[in-house]
Amino acid sequence: MKINVMSPILLTAEEKEEIDVEIGLVPYRKAACIEALKIVQHHRGWISDESLHTIAGYLEMSPEELDSVATFYNLVFRKPVGRNVILLCDSISCYVMGYEKIYEQLKARLHISFGETTTDGRFTLLPNACLGTCDHAPACMIHHELYRDLTADQLDEILDAYK
Amino acid sequence: METPLTRLINSNRPALNLKDYEREGGYQSVHKAIKSMTPAEVTKLVQDSDLKGRGGAGFNTGMKWSFVPMNNTSPTKYLIANADEMEPGTFKDRLLLEGNPHQMIEGMIVSAFAIQANISYIFLRWAYKKAARLLRHAIDEAYAAGYLGRDILGSGYNLEMYLHTGVGRYICGEETALLNALEGKRATPRTKPPFPQISGLFGKPTIVNNVETLCNIPHIINNGADWFKGLSPGSDAGTKLYGVSGRVNNPGLWELPMGITMRELIEVHAGGMKNGYQFKGALPGGASTDFLVNKHMDVKLDFKSVAAAGSRLGTGTMIVLDDQTCPVGFVHNLEHFFAQESCGWCTPCREGLPWTEKILLAMENGKGRAEDLQLLDMHTKYLGPGNTFCALAPGAMEPLQSALKYFKEDFDKHINEKKCPWR
Ligand code: SF4
Ligand code: FES
Repeated sequence: MKINVMSPILLTAEEKEEIDVEIGLVPYRKAACIEALKIVQHHRGWISDESLHTIAGYLEMSPEELDSVATFYNLVFRKPVGRNVILLCDSISCYVMGYEKIYEQLKARLHISFGETTTDGRFTLLPNACLGTCDHAPACMIHHELYRDLTADQLDEILDAYK
Repeated sequence: METPLTRLINSNRPALNLKDYEREGGYQSVHKAIKSMTPAEVTKLVQDSDLKGRGGAGFNTGMKWSFVPMNNTSPTKYLIANADEMEPGTFKDRLLLEGNPHQMIEGMIVSAFAIQANISYIFLRWAYKKAARLLRHAIDEAYAAGYLGRDILGSGYNLEMYLHTGVGRYICGEETALLNALEGKRATPRTKPPFPQISGLFGKPTIVNNVETLCNIPHIINNGADWFKGLSPGSDAGTKLYGVSGRVNNPGLWELPMGITMRELIEVHAGGMKNGYQFKGALPGGASTDFLVNKHMDVKLDFKSVAAAGSRLGTGTMIVLDDQTCPVGFVHNLEHFFAQESCGWCTPCREGLPWTEKILLAMENGKGRAEDLQLLDMHTKYLGPGNTFCALAPGAMEPLQSALKYFKEDFDKHINEKKCPWR
């Protein structure tokens, strides 16, 4: 895969400091790469090609090597996401308990499907494997907050809380 | 009935802090093990208790520890808590971690002492935000109280503990893939041998244990092997966290003696089927186990009995299929998950799972063909044990092969009626 680099972006002092802590815990720099991706994503929302390049340089690995790691993990975002990421569980207990109804309602209300972001950048909707709360299915997570025993008519109120 | 694992868990109040936990007997096993036992004695006691790994494989825990070389040729060893719990339908470790984080930390310290590890990691799945917060706090408290860090309780034994949160990939639950993830690599499984006990994280001896397994350790140290065996009347020792999800009246999680029957679990604890729904089948221990059906109601839920009935106890958290949910759709959902989560390392799994998923989707959409049943059957063999690099693909075939056996007429209906009869 070709990685486009428009202009290198420097790591902020804060990012560097956090990454350095992780590097200190492992035998070689590269081993901290997942933590570094998490840190930069936490600050910037996602991992752009530019960020990827910068992190790779800092950890003394090639951008391609880092990208192969970044693209392996479901929750490293290599594309921009909205301010609030909705992770809707589409696994088995939520399937039995009707996650598809929740999905239909979200689609109708936000005018986006899985993998898309609303035009105002407020929400990104993603499918997610089992959230580990199957006795309270269906479930979703919005911006790190867990919602369980969901019904379609609760959604309006829940979504309104996210700006 | 004793419930050591959940005795101090109460969903109506916050998890105990260190002081309150100590007041309830917490950390006694650390005092006992470190001050009055040798690492070999700890390992022997756990082995004698017949505690079997609660992550799904069911291997004797003390035996697993005994494979770690103890001649001190490697000064660094690792003990890892596998808290990645991402098997669909499984939600037991969340309760243990959110309900009583100190219990697992205590179990980890004793386990690490047994193999003389000096570094421990908790590999926690990303979605467990509350557990992460509680564990971070509990680890700090344990350091402050002298249970972690240098010279624990003045014994000269040192142990560091770190919390690592994952970034979402089911395969990280496979113990060698988990090691690769901790090393900052793609989480593909490793060839065995060498086993992690000899060469694991960063090439050093490593033990990976499930959360529930580790939570049992303090109680075994405090009360002994015979007490642990006495907790259950059946062939497997100890209690088990059993769970039920699906259309039952009271979905949830209960700590019960190993070997209760499926009937008792569903009818008594889960309150039976919801009004208007009939039981059709269940995966006894998460998404990668074979269906059990009505005739198996009196099967005992222990490792041996469930295996004899043609399935696996797995994680002990059961997913119920009712008569108004399409079995083909149910299995399609499972295969969709496994196809997505295949790490892509070996061809049968990388190619075979998406193919399986497509066939099932076509059936759901009324485009199933008679020959598809043979194709599915072929996949259950070619993706079965021994044909792929790790157990993900064979696990994915377990619900499918048993659905083809027990619900064949539902597959036939899809093909003959050219539609899903449930939609
Ligand atoms: S069976 Fe699947 S998950 Fe396991 S190594 Fe092969 S491709 Fe990866
Ligand atoms: S299947 Fe949705 S939370 Fe487990």
